[in-house]
Parts: sequence; structure tokens; C-alpha cells
Amino acid sequence: MNAWLLLLPAAVLLVAFTHYPILATIRRSLFITKRNGAEMFVGLDSYQAMAADPIFWKALINNFWFALGTIPTSIAFALVMAIWVNRNMRGRGFVRLAYFTPTVLPMIAVANIWLFFYTPDYGLLDQLRGVFGLGGWNWLGDPSTVMGCLIVMVIWKEAGFFMIFYLAALQQLSPDLDEAAAIEGASRWYTFRRITFPLLMPTTLFVAINAVINSFKLVDHLVIMTKGGPNNASTLLLYYIYEVAFAFQDSSYAATLTVVLLLLLSAVALVKFGYLDRRIHYQ
Amino acid sequence: MSAITMSHVSKCWGPMRAVDDVSLTADEGSLLVLLGPSGCGKSTTLRLIAGLEEADAGRITIGGADVTHLGPAQRKISMVFQSYALFPHLSVAENIVFGLRVRRVSRVERDERLKRVADIVGLSHLLERKPSQLSGGQRQRVALGRAIIAEARVCLMDEPLSNLDAKLRHEMRTEIRALQQRLGMTMVYVTHDQTEAMTMADRVVLMRDGRIEQNGTPEELYNRPATAFTARFVGTPPMNLVRQGDRLIGVRPEHIRIVSGADHVVRVKAVEHLGADSIVLCEFDGQSISVRLDGFSKAHPGEDITIAWEARHEHWFNPTSEARLENENAIKADRLASLGQ
Repeated sequence: MNAWLLLLPAAVLLVAFTHYPILATIRRSLFITKRNGAEMFVGLDSYQAMAADPIFWKALINNFWFALGTIPTSIAFALVMAIWVNRNMRGRGFVRLAYFTPTVLPMIAVANIWLFFYTPDYGLLDQLRGVFGLGGWNWLGDPSTVMGCLIVMVIWKEAGFFMIFYLAALQQLSPDLDEAAAIEGASRWYTFRRITFPLLMPTTLFVAINAVINSFKLVDHLVIMTKGGPNNASTLLLYYIYEVAFAFQDSSYAATLTVVLLLLLSAVALVKFGYLDRRIHYQ
Repeated sequence: MSAITMSHVSKCWGPMRAVDDVSLTADEGSLLVLLGPSGCGKSTTLRLIAGLEEADAGRITIGGADVTHLGPAQRKISMVFQSYALFPHLSVAENIVFGLRVRRVSRVERDERLKRVADIVGLSHLLERKPSQLSGGQRQRVALGRAIIAEARVCLMDEPLSNLDAKLRHEMRTEIRALQQRLGMTMVYVTHDQTEAMTMADRVVLMRDGRIEQNGTPEELYNRPATAFTARFVGTPPMNLVRQGDRLIGVRPEHIRIVSGADHVVRVKAVEHLGADSIVLCEFDGQSISVRLDGFSKAHPGEDITIAWEARHEHWFNPTSEARLENENAIKADRLASLGQ
């Protein structure tokens, strides 16, 4: 009995803000709301409609490319930057701060800064192109470049954040290990490959999970910069859910899309706990 | 060809001279101990020999070759760290053969050498374990195995036993010494524990504030300490030093006897019974003196006793420079002893 009481605060929070909303969402996706407010059970009809919805597929595929473009690159950048600033060097604190700045800036401000970079003709990028005698380019207005522009911005923003985790992990590693490897004649690359990187795997996994979640969570930048356009070229899953729920007021279809998002994220969690955790050395 | 020499080597950290004009030689196949209190520069000296630090001045040679500006890998040495520096994600076997894999030694030879080394250090049944699943003593053996599998002629040890309990430390001390002699390695061994130094070393280099205080055999350090610092550092309990007139007189606790009616009256403060002998801690003129007696001492704290020692057992030091002064009585006694033979 006492044990249950001790669990109560956490249990209340989890049930109220996690478990109940999930179940409610799943239930909601099986009903539709009529004009008069009455609910009608439709079973899997919403899922069938979703499967036939080209914008849903477009958002899903966009999200896939977006994840593929941002996750490995931002992790690689984070690792390289962390190793770079982990050494004893002049102005180390300043460089660390500079890398971390994108993370502390408000997202709306970040989006506006990059909006300026990408603005046709007088934006930063086009001014640079002008120096080389190239004409203006509508970066965010062209379906072929809009996704690349978003990916670059997100990498810029996330790499510094992930760097902090790598930096913390690197400082936990004993310098003796590097020295022991050096005495055995290991090159720096060999030491990194066989010692440092495997010992950073718990951090890499943590960062990768965060990166995956973030890549499915991006909404704010889209609202400011592209609104999913042009022609849905930059629509991501959560942005589409937001549009369906609050612009089109179709909450049952939004619930259906949310279930898909939940399934995707649970699959990621399953891979982490079921497979990767067992293959990674935790100290 | 594995003798190590350092000549006039210095290393500074900012204004601090961690190693100050140190010159020493470790003969081929011998065990040299760098001894000293913490912060005396003994670890830095070892790291200079290993190439983990670069000397600001001076010259270091290993086996006759100048290695002063070479990296650690090119010096053909092995090293055991105080923390053992085992790779936590690799198994015992992988830890031991790490260096062989770096040097691309063939699989067959690797396995063969691993088997031999695992037998020597007694780890054959634990090869698949991770370091976290081993006890302190077993980890120490893995570090030892990794150091000897390279078959380097020079092995450096940085306080390798300081994380072990007393019994294990004693055991490993004997084992490391036996291994060093059996494999004929030149070993430089850093410790702050004078017992380790006295029991293992062919030669002891006692350091203080980055400088060499005394360089000699364990016997020389014990019987003819060059300074009062050495006298105080070596021996358990260390030499008694008493200020008398214009000199500092040192007498080893085992050379003091309790004799009724002798000149020096002292008060007993405490008695430590060690079994085979006892240490009686006394106070004399506000200075403390320890006396080692055979067997179980019956002295009681608070009691006044009289003590005496022979003049030939006195070591004399200059009280300001702490340097050794020649004791005519001791010299005379030695001469008499040699005449008698």
C-alpha cells in the first residue's frame, strides 16, 4: 500500500499526460465527428483514407529524407567539434560557447535569421552569389532546394547541442587510455576507432535517439519559413498533423496521423532497448 | 641493450620545476625504483622516460639510442599505469593483445603469445571477462600481461600496487620482482612506499622537489643516508633525529636499547606491539624517539625509562643543510672491525 502511495505522483503524471492521451488518440482515430458534434464509429476508414492521401505520403517521404539528411551529419559534426574543443587550447571556452549558441537561441529567432540568409536577391546567400556574378535564387521557394535549406539549418542548430553531450562523455574518459594506446603504438585514428568511439557509443545512441525524435518534431521553423511549401515540398509529418488538426479542424484524421507518428517513434525506442542496448558497453 | 640513462633532464610546468636537472642510469636487466613523497617529480620522471612528456632540457637514451625527441611508440617500452588503464569495453584477451594487433602480428602468433602470457600472470581462465568483472588484483595482472606480451626490454611502472590491499600488494611485489628477473627486463618502478623500494630495487633513486636526494642501493640508503631527508624517509619507523648542539644526530630505532641507569631519560608515550617486535614511542626533550625492541615490550605509557645507543650507530647531519657529516666514531669502529678480521 505504502509502495503504491510512493508511486502515485509519478503514476498520476504519466497517466494524465502520456498514457491517457495515447489511448484517447487511438480511440479518436476510429471515430469521426459529424457537423452536429455526434461521434460516429468508422473503424479503420480513416486509415484507409490516409493510405490514399498523397500529402500524407509526401510528408512521410519528406520526413524520411529530412531525417537521413540531418541525423548522421549533425552527429558527425557534433563528435568532430567535441574532440576539437576537448583539447587544451587557447580560447577553448569561447569556441565551446560559440558552438552552443545556436541551441540557446529561441527557435523563432533562428528561423528568422535563416529566413534572411535564404531571401531571394538581397539575402545573405544571394549576395554571396552576386559577388561571383550569379543571379538571384529563390532558395525556399523552389521545391528542389527547400529541403536542403531546412536540413542545413537544422544541422547548424543541433550539432552544437549534441556536442555538449559528446564533450561531457569525452571528459569522463581517462587520459590514461589514450596514453596506454600510444605506448602500444596505436595511431590517433586507430585509438579513436577502437577505444574512443566504442566508449562513446552510449552517448552516440542517446544523441541519435534525440536526433530521430527531433526530426519528427520539427514544426516551428516550418511555420515561420515555408508553411510546408512550395507544393508540400517541405511538409513534415508533425507539421501536416498540425495543419490537419488546427487549420482544417479535422481532429479525427489528425488523430489517425498521430497514431502513425507514435508507431514510428515506438519502433525507434524498441530498436534501442531491444537491440542496441545489449551491444553497447555501458561503464 | 636496454640500459636507460637520463642526463641533466629538466621539465617545467610554468614556474614549477617538476623535474630539475635529473641524471640517472638504470643498468640493463636491473630494477630501478624512483622513490619519493607525492609531488616530488617521480611520476613526471617516469613519463619523460616513456615519452608521454617531452623534456625541456637534457638527454634521455634507451639502449644507447637517443630517444629524447621520439614518441612513446618508437621507444620500444611497455608501461603499467597506476589506474591500470585497461580498455573497459574489451575483454581480458583483447586488452592483452591490443599492442600486438596494432603492430599487425599474425593471429596464430598472437594466440600463442597470449596463451603463454596468460599462464605467466595466471589469467588463463578469465580471458573472456571484461575488466569490470575482475577484482583489483586480477585487473593488475591484466595490466601486467599487456606490458609483458610486447616483449619490450624496458618496462615502466607507475605506482602499480597502490590500489591493492596490503596482502595482495605484498604478493604482487614478489611476483613482479620475480618476473622482472626471469624475463631480464630493465624496469623503472615509481612508488611512494619505501618498503616496496627497499624490497624490490637493485637501485633506489630518492627524489625531493624535482631533484635527486640520493641515488644508491637499498642498503646504502638505509645504512648511509646522504641527508636527513633520506634518513627520515627510509625505514619503518624512520630514523630518529635528535638535535644535539651543532649537529643533528640520527639513530635507527633498532639500535636503541632500554638500559637502566643510562644517560638519556625519556618518557614512554605509546607502545605498538607488532608481534615479533614492539615499537616504543618516547618523548625526549620535546622530541619524539621510537625504539624497536624484540618481542613483547612491557613498557607502559607514562613511565620514565632510560635509553642508550652505541656511538658507532650515530649518523651525523648538518642541521641547516641536512647533509651527512662524517662520524669519526663510526669510522673508527669500522676500522677496528676490519683490523679484527
